[in-house]
Amino acid sequence: MCGIVGLFIKNPALQPELGRLTSLMLKTMTERGPDSAGFAVYGSPASGQRKMTVRGISADNIGDFEAGFLKAAGGSANVVKHQDHVVLTYASDLEPAIRAFVNGFGHGVHFAASGESIELYKGVGLPEEVAARFDLEKMQGTHAIGHTRMATESAVTIAGAHPFSTGPDQCLVHNGSLSNHNTLRRRLINEGLTFETENDSEVAAGYLSWRLSQGDKLDQALESSLKELDGFYTFVVGTREGFAVLRDPVACKPAVMAETDDYVAFASEYRAFADLPGIENARVFEPEPQRVYHWEHAA
Amino acid sequence: MSCARNTRIFDLGASTLRELNSTLQQEGAEGAWEIHNPAGRHSLAVGLTQPVSVTIDGHAGYYAAGMNQRANVVVNGNAGQGVAENMMSGSVHVKGNAGSSAGATAHGGLLVIDGDAGARCGISMKGVDIVVRGSVGHMSAFMAQSGNLVVCGDAGEALGDSLYETNIFVRGAVKSLGADCEEKEMTPEDIQNLTKLLSKGGVIDIKADEFRRYGSARKLYHFRVDNASAY
Repeated sequence: MCGIVGLFIKNPALQPELGRLTSLMLKTMTERGPDSAGFAVYGSPASGQRKMTVRGISADNIGDFEAGFLKAAGGSANVVKHQDHVVLTYASDLEPAIRAFVNGFGHGVHFAASGESIELYKGVGLPEEVAARFDLEKMQGTHAIGHTRMATESAVTIAGAHPFSTGPDQCLVHNGSLSNHNTLRRRLINEGLTFETENDSEVAAGYLSWRLSQGDKLDQALESSLKELDGFYTFVVGTREGFAVLRDPVACKPAVMAETDDYVAFASEYRAFADLPGIENARVFEPEPQRVYHWEHAA
Repeated sequence: MSCARNTRIFDLGASTLRELNSTLQQEGAEGAWEIHNPAGRHSLAVGLTQPVSVTIDGHAGYYAAGMNQRANVVVNGNAGQGVAENMMSGSVHVKGNAGSSAGATAHGGLLVIDGDAGARCGISMKGVDIVVRGSVGHMSAFMAQSGNLVVCGDAGEALGDSLYETNIFVRGAVKSLGADCEEKEMTPEDIQNLTKLLSKGGVIDIKADEFRRYGSARKLYHFRVDNASAY
């Protein structure tokens, strides 16, 4: 099962509504995935700055973590707390140092995502509760991607929740299952990638990150994943400027899209669109199998 | 939208889906109904057995008008996957696009889709007539057994794969034919039959002689080891 939603805003006047609309869409997909939920929100990047989302923060470790981070990042750094997640802001050239600090901190703290505009949150529980926990309703931005999980192959944990982020400003949500993920994971590890979980979807995210790091554009990376990934999948992928959708050749996992002058929306079921503005007159269609659908904001 | 006199309105903003379906399924439900605020809910107007006319005023989710008998259901919008699945009689008319598996396993009645249909349109159809004004997705009429599938636009890959019987008429391009599906001659009888189907589907601007007909080559009816690679 699982539910996927995505919203790519075309009309900037709608950007303040991004979080509220994404939250409504996620809530509607509860029946497809009541175990856990996650979402990535892309805001406006600030020049020369990077952001990193980190999870696993608690009252016990926040003090040491914050002090350690500020020491590593120096003057212009900032920490914004959202329950057990924090968003760190720091100068771009400090990225490797901050990543090393987070990875080495321990005490249940995990890297979630980093880049110029991505923030990524996930948690166990009903999608509505997870969205409320992080105040998704109030978030603004250019595009967002979300996932509601019904765990079938592995435990209900935060690590197993989507989205997965394996590259700067990149994230992926997946409905389906991949059959060649172990082989592909070994290949990607040989290419220098690292993986946090045994999850098949993380391998798909890693594969795309690898292609992008080799110079592919997002649509090219997705075209080549059609040849390399075996299994069932509907993917929705986010990058700093872009938003893409891909279904496997059989297209057995549901997908529906809606497009107006103001936005492009994706969901597993039409119901998730019911509260979107102007949906009555939107072009609503089922994306074709093995066709890359791709939108980008001007950089 | 305007409603005819005696049309009863059911507002899904105020009542539940279960109330809607049990109301429409009851004896005495005969007449015209309009469903407001469908909001893409699943299983709208399913299991109807009374001769009711139902207009769903908006988009429908999965399985709209499934298992229909005798009722005439109109969707004033798009329908999700499995619209009119397992229909026995009556009619279902989708004014927008339909998702995958439209008319799946339907035994009878008429399904009309004004827009496009997704993958597997008419999968395992068993006697229904389906008229699609637009195009159909891949594997349409997969394992179809009886009835007619009319496609005024194009058909996706593997049309009519593992077909038993069923007439498939396509006006546009067919991306590829599935196993055991082949092009057939269009006889005067086929033209006559198709003309009737187009008229039933409200398609008045397209002539039957613009279509090609596809059907079963009847080579895979029984398992033969020589054909193992084709199954």
